[in-house]
Amino acid sequence: MARYFTDEHEWIDVEGDTATVGITDYAQGQLGDIVFVELPGSGTTLSKGGDAAVVESVKAASDVYAPIDGEVTEANEALEDDPALVNTAPESDGWFFRMTIGDKSQLEGLMDEGAYKSFCDGL
Amino acid sequence: MSDDTEDQIADTETLPLDAWHRRKGARMVPFAGYHMPIQFEGIVAEHNWTRQQAGLFDVSHMGQLLVSGEKAAEELEKLLPGAIASLKPGKVRYSLLIDEEGGILDDLMVTNATPWIEGDEEEGTEGHWGEPAYYLVVNGATKWDDIAHLREHLDDDVTLTHMDDHALIAVQGPNAATALNRVMRNVIDDMVFMESVVHDFGEWPLRITRSGYTGEDGFEISVPAEFAESLADRLCAEIEVRPIGLGARDSLRLEAGLPLYGHDITTETDPVSADLGFALTKRRREEGGWMGHEAVMKVLDRGPVQKRVGLAIEGRMPAREGASIYSGDTQVGRVTSGGFSPTLERPIAMGYVDTAHAEEGTELEVEVRNKRLPAKVAKLPFVPHRYHRGK
Repeated sequence: MARYFTDEHEWIDVEGDTATVGITDYAQGQLGDIVFVELPGSGTTLSKGGDAAVVESVKAASDVYAPIDGEVTEANEALEDDPALVNTAPESDGWFFRMTIGDKSQLEGLMDEGAYKSFCDGL
Repeated sequence: MSDDTEDQIADTETLPLDAWHRRKGARMVPFAGYHMPIQFEGIVAEHNWTRQQAGLFDVSHMGQLLVSGEKAAEELEKLLPGAIASLKPGKVRYSLLIDEEGGILDDLMVTNATPWIEGDEEEGTEGHWGEPAYYLVVNGATKWDDIAHLREHLDDDVTLTHMDDHALIAVQGPNAATALNRVMRNVIDDMVFMESVVHDFGEWPLRITRSGYTGEDGFEISVPAEFAESLADRLCAEIEVRPIGLGARDSLRLEAGLPLYGHDITTETDPVSADLGFALTKRRREEGGWMGHEAVMKVLDRGPVQKRVGLAIEGRMPAREGASIYSGDTQVGRVTSGGFSPTLERPIAMGYVDTAHAEEGTELEVEVRNKRLPAKVAKLPFVPHRYHRGK
C-alpha cells in the first residue's frame, strides 16, 4: 500500500484499484475543532481538483478536493456521529471516503510522505 | 477564517500584547487592521473554559475614546439615542451611533467617567464632581470612522481624546470575579453589571468595568499600554484564567445573542429591526434631538419590515453568514452570523427575517450548499446571560 499527499493537505492510500482519502494531521490542526463533515455519496463521480467534501469547524467551512479522478465507493459513516475523529485520528479512523482510481497516472504528480513533510515545513 | 485578509496584511499593525500572545502559543490573524490571536489551545476548549472558569481576552483593537467638557452629555445626546445626561458617574450604558437614515454606524459602551475630586480641609474645599467626561468603547473596525463622525458633529467646546496609548483586557466567566478579587482585593466588591471604577493598582492606573461580550459575568480593564503585559501575566497567574482567542469570543457572543457590528448590524440595519430598541431611551424617543431620530421613529411607528432573530438549526451542519432563509419556496431572510454552539453542541445562527416569520417557534428552512436545513426561530440568548446584577 502506498500513501500519497496533495498540496491541499489530503492523503490518499492506494490499494489495488481503490483509494482511501482523508485530510492530514497538519490540515486538521489548521482547521481546529471539526463539528461536521459533509461527505459525497456512493456513486458520486469526482474529478481531480474538484469539490469532494466539506469540513465544518466551529469557525468556518472548508472544501476538501478530490486528489484524483474516480467514483466514490464508500463514505466513512463514523464521521456522521463523531466528526471529531478527524481531529483525533485524521490519518486513520478519520478517513473521509473510498474511491476508484480513474487514472493511475494522476498519482505520479502527488507527494510521498517525505516530500509532504518538507512541503509543510516550508509553510 | 481567511476572508478579507488579503489586502490588509501589508499594513497590519501590532497591539501592546502582540509578543505576549505569541509567547502563549497564539495563532495570529489580521483582524480590524491588527494582528490578533484567533486561538490558543483550540476554539472549543477556550469557549468551554470561559463558560466554566474565566477567559482573558485582548480587545485592545477596540477604540477607547474620552469625550469631556461641560457640555459633553448634551453633545453626545445629539448622536446617541440613549439618555446620557441622566447616566450617573460610574454607570455604563449600551448605545448606538446612528446615521440620518436610521442606519447603525456602530454600537458602543458609554461610561460616565466624570472624576470625583476629593475635598481638601486645609484649603476648605469639599469633595465634588470634576469636569464631565464620558468613556466610550467602540468597535475596532469602525473606530476611525467613529472618531471622524464625532469630531464633525460634536461642539468645539467638547474635547475628544483617542486613548490609543491604552490596551483593553477583558476577563470573562463565572470565576472572573473570584480571580480578579484575589489579584485586587475589594476593588470589585460593590460593583454590579454595567458599573465602572477607576483603580490605581500600584502604579498602574486602571479603569475596571463590569461588562463584556460573552454573556458571562466579567470585566473589561483599560490599562496604559506599557503595563498591559504585566497585567495580563498577573491575571493569567490565577488558576481560573487562561488566554482566549477571537474565535471563541465570536462563538461565545453568538450563544449570548449579542450582535456583531459589520455582520448582524450595519448601516443597512436600524435599531428597531435589529431588536435593539432597549438602546432607545423612552424620553429620547419622545423628545428626539438625535441623529436618525426621524427615520428610526418611522420604523418604530410602522413596525419593522424585518427583524433580527435567533435560529436553532436542526442536525449538525452549521449555516453561516449569507445563507438564505426560506418559508416554503419564498425567501424571507438571510443569516448574518452562524456557527456551531460548543455549549449546546448544535448549530445556531442569527439573521433577519420578514416580521411575519419572526415569532419564536416559527418553522423555517436555511439553505446551505443547495440543501434545505429545517430551522426554528429561537429566543435570544441561546445560552442564558449570567451577569452579576447584585441583589
